[in-house]
Amino acid sequence: MMRLLCTLAALAALAACGDKPQTLAGSKRDAPAFEGTTNPFNAPGWKAGDKNAWEQQLKSRTQQGQNEYTRVN
Amino acid sequence: MARMKFVSDAERCIECNGCVTACKNEHEVPWGVNRRRVVTLNDGVPGEKSISVACMHCSDAPCMAVCPVNCFYRTEEGVVLHDKDVCIGCGYCSYACPFGAPQFPSQGTFGVRGKMDKCTFCAGGPEANGSQAEFEKYGRNRLAEGKLPACAEQCSTKALIAGDGDVVADIFRNRVVQRGKGAEVWGWGTAYGSRQAGQPPVAGAKS
Repeated sequence: MMRLLCTLAALAALAACGDKPQTLAGSKRDAPAFEGTTNPFNAPGWKAGDKNAWEQQLKSRTQQGQNEYTRVN
Repeated sequence: MARMKFVSDAERCIECNGCVTACKNEHEVPWGVNRRRVVTLNDGVPGEKSISVACMHCSDAPCMAVCPVNCFYRTEEGVVLHDKDVCIGCGYCSYACPFGAPQFPSQGTFGVRGKMDKCTFCAGGPEANGSQAEFEKYGRNRLAEGKLPACAEQCSTKALIAGDGDVVADIFRNRVVQRGKGAEVWGWGTAYGSRQAGQPPVAGAKS
């Protein structure tokens, strides 16, 4: 009985020692880019929400738009 | 997908500042803030080189490390973004960045330094993709529209390339291998005809 009382007393006394994490959460709530937008400027050729389609869209756009060797040669 | 990266080709950049203009126009960046700029080494001297510099979206970003309010975050594609609602405009990131990417708008009567602004790789910020709130704070979110950064897409000489790091590195490597070195880079052999153009160097000959 005495041991139980001591434990409870210790718990009560040390309750204030518990420290809540104070790290700022920052902002990590950003929606992934492959989810697309609701505006009418989305590039055609891929479906919003499909990650693989979005990745392929960017890869093909990089090759077609920025690699002239695929067009010239 | 690998990380999103920029590559600036010093052999191709002609210092036209088209990338700077495209960026300012696309995101309606205020006066005094340049998310991207062209740096020229040995300006005016024959052989000068120019490169287009902005946030390089470092894999181990020093700005993220020093930010006292932890406003930076990295997207799944490796784009380093920040939350202007959390930023206090202290400027630590500006001192930490080796590329001078963080910019601070100076507004108001006393030129109070505002919240940090930088290149977003045209990926917006934490607000909803493509929303007006996102546009007003961070500019267009072209990545979510299935597009690449405006600066690279409009580059007339394709000196600035942007996209998936693997793809971009492959394009650049192929380009370097194809164009060779020295005078071959300029394509004089292609333009005027040359017996030695495209031929392997003769043993012992000077290049």
